[in-house]
Amino acid sequence: MQTLIAYVENKPGVLNRVSSLARRLAINIDSLTVGPTENEEVARMTIVAHTDERGAHRLEASLEKLVDVLLAENISERSVLERDLALIKVAADQKSRPHLMELIKVFRGRVVDVAPESLIVEVSGTVDKIDGLLEVLRPYGVLEMARTGRIAMTRGNDLLQPPVSNGRGKLSAA
Amino acid sequence: MKLTGAEILCQSLEHLGVKHVFGYPGGAILPVYDALGKSKLHHILVRHEQGATHMADGYARATGGVGVAMATSGPGATNMVTGIATAMLDSSPIVCITGQVGSKLLGSDAFQEIDITGITMPITKHNVVVSKVEDIARTVREAFVIAQSGRPGPVLVDITKDAQQASAEFDWEAAAPKLPPKRVRPEVNKADLDRAVELLHSAKRPLILAGHGIMISGAMKAFEQFVCAGHFPVAMTLLGIGCFPANDPLNLGMMGMHGEAWVNHAIQEADLLIAVGMRFDDRVTGDLRTYAKSARKIHIEIDRAEINKNVPVDAALVGDAREVLEQLIPLVEKKDRPDWLNRIKEMKGDSAVRDIQSLPDTGHLYAAHVINDLWKETQGEAIVVTDVGQHQMWEAQYYHHNKPRTLITSGGLGTMGFALPAAIGSKFAKPDSDVWVVVGDGGFQMTMCELATIVQEKIKVNIAIINNGYLGMVRQWQEFFYDKRYVATPLVAPDFAALANAFGIRGERVTARGDVVSTIRAARESKESVLIDFRVEQEDSVYPMVPAGASLHEMIRRPHNPLVETAAEP
Repeated sequence: MQTLIAYVENKPGVLNRVSSLARRLAINIDSLTVGPTENEEVARMTIVAHTDERGAHRLEASLEKLVDVLLAENISERSVLERDLALIKVAADQKSRPHLMELIKVFRGRVVDVAPESLIVEVSGTVDKIDGLLEVLRPYGVLEMARTGRIAMTRGNDLLQPPVSNGRGKLSAA
Repeated sequence: MKLTGAEILCQSLEHLGVKHVFGYPGGAILPVYDALGKSKLHHILVRHEQGATHMADGYARATGGVGVAMATSGPGATNMVTGIATAMLDSSPIVCITGQVGSKLLGSDAFQEIDITGITMPITKHNVVVSKVEDIARTVREAFVIAQSGRPGPVLVDITKDAQQASAEFDWEAAAPKLPPKRVRPEVNKADLDRAVELLHSAKRPLILAGHGIMISGAMKAFEQFVCAGHFPVAMTLLGIGCFPANDPLNLGMMGMHGEAWVNHAIQEADLLIAVGMRFDDRVTGDLRTYAKSARKIHIEIDRAEINKNVPVDAALVGDAREVLEQLIPLVEKKDRPDWLNRIKEMKGDSAVRDIQSLPDTGHLYAAHVINDLWKETQGEAIVVTDVGQHQMWEAQYYHHNKPRTLITSGGLGTMGFALPAAIGSKFAKPDSDVWVVVGDGGFQMTMCELATIVQEKIKVNIAIINNGYLGMVRQWQEFFYDKRYVATPLVAPDFAALANAFGIRGERVTARGDVVSTIRAARESKESVLIDFRVEQEDSVYPMVPAGASLHEMIRRPHNPLVETAAEP
C-alpha cells in the first residue's frame, strides 16, 4: 500500500482526471480523499493505492503530468501521520449498551447518537485503530458504517506545500 | 473592440502564428467557419475528420510547431479520436478545436452532442470545455503552451456554440495564459549526473539508443557533438530515424523487432546503454527479462514517468535532451574503442550485407527494391510519410534518412490510414519539399478519400502504394505463428491507378523492376501529384524479426533466397 499526496486545481473534473489516470495505470485505489486547503483555488488529495514502490513512482510522475495537478508526492517512505474517521452505527439495547460504552472508551471513540436499539460511535485514528474497534463491535452487530478514508501529513519540518501561484502562465514540467 | 467568440478564436489562432487549419464544418462549429471565411487562415477541407487530425499531426511533425485540426460536435469530434490518440502516443503537438452544442443543452443528449472531453481524457495531454466567450482567447493560448511544452502532445478545446456566438472584448495581452503553478523540479540531479559520467568513463562497450526526443528537443547538434565526443555507436528507434545522419559511420541503424541483426546483437552485448529521448517500448526491447543483461543504463528523458517504467536504469537524467547533452559533452572522454567497433563490424559482416541493386532480376518486384530505388532517386532528401505495416519497416530499413523530420510515421499507436493525410499536412508545412507517401494497399484504403483533398488544394504529393494484395504484416504473423492460415488478410483492392484518375490524379502501375526508377523520375518531374501502384511480391516478409515477447537476440532471419535482409550501405 502506497500513500500519495497531491495538490490539485479546485475545479470540476479534476477528480475524474486523477481517478481515470489510476484506472489507466491499472492501479487500484484503496482510498482517495479530497478537501480544501488554505488557498481556495487548490484542493489537497490523499491517495492510498494498492501498488508497489515502482507503481507509486509511476502514479506520482504521471499525476504531475496532468495540467491540473500542481504537485504529487509519494510519502510512503516518510514519517507520516495518518488519520481515518469513521461513524459506526452499532446495535445496542439496554443490556449491551454499558459494555459497548466501555469498549468505545478504550478506543477513544465518542458516542454521538443514542437510540433505543442502536448508537453511533465516532472514532478517528489510524486505520489499524479503527479496524480494531470494528472487530470488537462486530459481535454486537454493526448496522452501518461510513469511513472517510485516510488523510495524511508528513511530520515535523517536512513540509509539503502547493507551489505558489505567482508562476501562473508557465508550464515547466512534462 | 467587441468580437464574437468565433472571431476571437480565429484572431487568436492568427496571433499564435497559425497559417493552416485542417477541418470539416458542421452545425455546432458553423459560427467559427463563418469567421474563418473572413480571416487570413487557410482552411483545408478534409474528407473525414480523422484525416484532419493526421494532417495536423503531419504538419506538426514536419516542422516541430503546432498543427491545428477542427471539427464539429458529435460524430465530427468522435472521428478525431484515432488521430488524437496517434498524436498522443508519438508526442506530437496538435490542437484540436471542436464545436459543442449550446451550454444550456449540455447533458441533454441534444442532436450531435457528445462528451468529447470525457472520451478524449486518456488520449489528450489536456482537454477543456469552453462555455464562456471571455475564456476563448486565454484557453486557446494555454492549449498551445501545453501542446508544445515538456513532452508535447495533443490538446482538445471544445467550444460551445453559444460561446462562439456571444460577443466580448478581445484583448490579446489580457488573455495571457494562466496555467496552474507547477512544482519546478531540478532539471538534472547532480548525483545522477556524476553517476552517469562515471558510467560513461568506465564503459568498454557503450551504445546510444537514439529516440524521437532528440528531434522534439531540437538536440540534433548537441547529439552529434556528444556522439563525436565519446565516439559512441548509435542505434535508432523508428521515430528516432533522422535525428542522426544515416551515413555517419557510427550510425548502426534501427533497433528492435525489425531492427538490423547487428544492432540488436550490439544492444545485447553492450556494457552501457545511453538512452536519449526514447522510452524502451516493447517493440524495441523484446523480452525485458533478457534485455541487455550485461549493460548498465543511463536514461536521458524529459518525462519522469518514463524512468524505470519498462527497464530499470542506473542513472536517470530527467530533463530536456539538448540541455542534458550539453551538460554532458564537456565531461565525456574521447575514446576510439577499436575492439568494440570492430566487434560490431564483425556482427554486421555476419549479416550478409549485399547490395540489393546487384541482385539478379528474377522478374519479381520486391518492396525493398522499390523503397531503395526511391531513396536513391530522391537522394535521401524527401519527406517520406509511411503508413503502418511491412512497407513501414522496409522504409525504415531501405530508405536512409540523413535529416531530421524527414521520416513521418505512426510509431506508438501504429495507425493504419495515417500516411496519406499526414503527408498532406507535411506538404502544407514544407511546401518546397519533395513529399512521398509510402503506403500499403490496406492502409491506403482506410483514408484514400483524402485524394480529393489533394486535388481540391492543388498540392503535389507523390504516392507509392506497396501493393501486395494482403494485409502484409498480419499475413506475415499468420505465416510465422498461425501455420499460414491467412484469415481475413487477402485483400481485394480497386485498380488504384484508375481510382487516382477518377479523383483527377495521374495514376501509374508498375509491375516490373525495370520500370521503378523511370516511373519515380517521371512522378518527381510532374507538377501534379502522381499515384504509383507498385505490384510487389505477395508473400514477402520483413526480416529480421524478433517475435513478440522473444529475446532481442532471438531473431527470425531471412531464409536463403534471392533477397537479402539488408540494404545497400547508406
